[in-house]
Amino acid sequence: MLALSNVSKRFGGVVATDAVTLEVAPGEVHALIGPNGAGKTTLIGQISGSLGTDAGTIRFENTDITAWRPHERVRLGLARSYQVTSIFKRFSVMENLALAVQARSGSSFSFWRPVASETALFEEARNISREIGLAERLEAIAGNLAHGEQRALEVGLALATRPKLVLLDEPMAGMGPEESQRMIALIGRVRASVTVLLVEHDMDAVFRLADRISVLVNGRVLATGRPEEIRADPNVRRAYLGDELAA
Amino acid sequence: MRKVFLVILLLLAFPVAMQWLGYLFYVSFASRVLIYAIAATSLNLVLGYGGMLSFGHAAFVGAGAYVSSILVAEGVASAWIGWPAAVAAAALLAWIIGAISLRTRGVYFIMITLAFAQMMFYLVNSMKAYGGDEGLTLPRRAELGLGVDLGNEVAFYYTVLAILLAGLYALHRLAHSRFGRVVVAIRENEARAQAIGIPVYRYQLVCFVIAGAAGGIAGALLASHGKYVNPNVLHWIQSGTLMIMVILGGVGHLWGGVIGAAVLLGLEHLIADHPIPWLAQIAPNYQQHANLGVGIVLLLIVLFAPQGIARLLERKRNARP
Repeated sequence: MLALSNVSKRFGGVVATDAVTLEVAPGEVHALIGPNGAGKTTLIGQISGSLGTDAGTIRFENTDITAWRPHERVRLGLARSYQVTSIFKRFSVMENLALAVQARSGSSFSFWRPVASETALFEEARNISREIGLAERLEAIAGNLAHGEQRALEVGLALATRPKLVLLDEPMAGMGPEESQRMIALIGRVRASVTVLLVEHDMDAVFRLADRISVLVNGRVLATGRPEEIRADPNVRRAYLGDELAA
Repeated sequence: MRKVFLVILLLLAFPVAMQWLGYLFYVSFASRVLIYAIAATSLNLVLGYGGMLSFGHAAFVGAGAYVSSILVAEGVASAWIGWPAAVAAAALLAWIIGAISLRTRGVYFIMITLAFAQMMFYLVNSMKAYGGDEGLTLPRRAELGLGVDLGNEVAFYYTVLAILLAGLYALHRLAHSRFGRVVVAIRENEARAQAIGIPVYRYQLVCFVIAGAAGGIAGALLASHGKYVNPNVLHWIQSGTLMIMVILGGVGHLWGGVIGAAVLLGLEHLIADHPIPWLAQIAPNYQQHANLGVGIVLLLIVLFAPQGIARLLERKRNARP
């Protein structure tokens, strides 16, 4: 579904991603793990188009999207969420979700008709709010939500564009155990209809959710495989997982 | 809602009251305020709703003023030709300036819009055929036909008021439309707007062009009002004045431009035409420095009511962080 081939990105002299080759199969939850600074977020940026790609190609459903702009990739069904929460803080939850639904449902060059009259937008926004567990918070201003709720909305914005593949960049960042459980349950529900590329440090979540795992170290893919293979891989243990699993 | 009707009623009754009191001069002054209200409101669309810090809005007002004036000077007096031509010219100019400027962000955007406006300023300065730096005096105001004589101050006032109210209603509709939502969303979080699939550049450009076009009609009215236009209408100080009006009145507020124009021009007029004896004793020529008074008011607003006068007047609804 998503195929990266020799994708690289340099920031000045620093190599952030180095000839990354990676394939995400339709329907799977593919986790991307690795130590801090391994280039995971850079790679998400390159796949979503907010960062350029110096070398290599990115293909999505057999279309070469390497040079596409971010909004064009979203139209194709490739959406992302951010590690640092990026929502419309002064909009209500409903307005946030309805906007994302609107962005997908045709042109917004409509200058006269009140958007409030488009019940279909809000109906769909309500459905998504149920999916992400914010149905009771529709009228709340996003900036006033609790951290866990903001993280849920962050993922909800990506889902509201009805993607085929969603890139989740550390959805559990800064969450307590209870909130993390809720997020794991959410991703568990989402996976039924959407392919997921998940960047996450929470190994409990990764090993519970992932069908396959790729390990990124120093911008390179060290290994890709099923969770038990990754857990057993001596290279991975040495480079990254050793500390995590020993702890 | 009731407040809005009250304001409209007052605006409608104003010329009648002034005529009755014998202060017809104020009707012409009020027309000027309303024209600036249109210009400031059009800037508020890009600046307030769109979050684009355009420092060259006078270019569009000026384009409208000059195009309509040149048409009158060349014998095309009909407002039905001159005003749409002013709007079209301003829109075209906004499209060109916007298409280039909107590829930049932040300080660069401010500077490049300023630079374009100054280029227009020097361009009209060099148009010797149309007065150059001396400006262009018009034999008469544009002609509206329909039995309306725009030379009459009251008729002119009502024409300007009709255009302002139509513009405000259009802005109100636009702000609540799909387009308005998208433009505000880009202001709030551009990266996220892009990440949910919004082609940011395209929407910002259309917003910029609409605002420029609306600035063009203000320019045409301004030239007609004074029967005179000179390059200062495009000077960067003019852009700054419009910006101050928007900030005073309320950035991103429907009535921000109207309130800002009324307060700023009202204040200037008050300081210049109504000497305060005790102040004149201390500082004999203080009235020539009306801008100092305006500056102090602006400072107070920015410090104590950063959201502008419009929101001060509103009852506090559910506050947004």
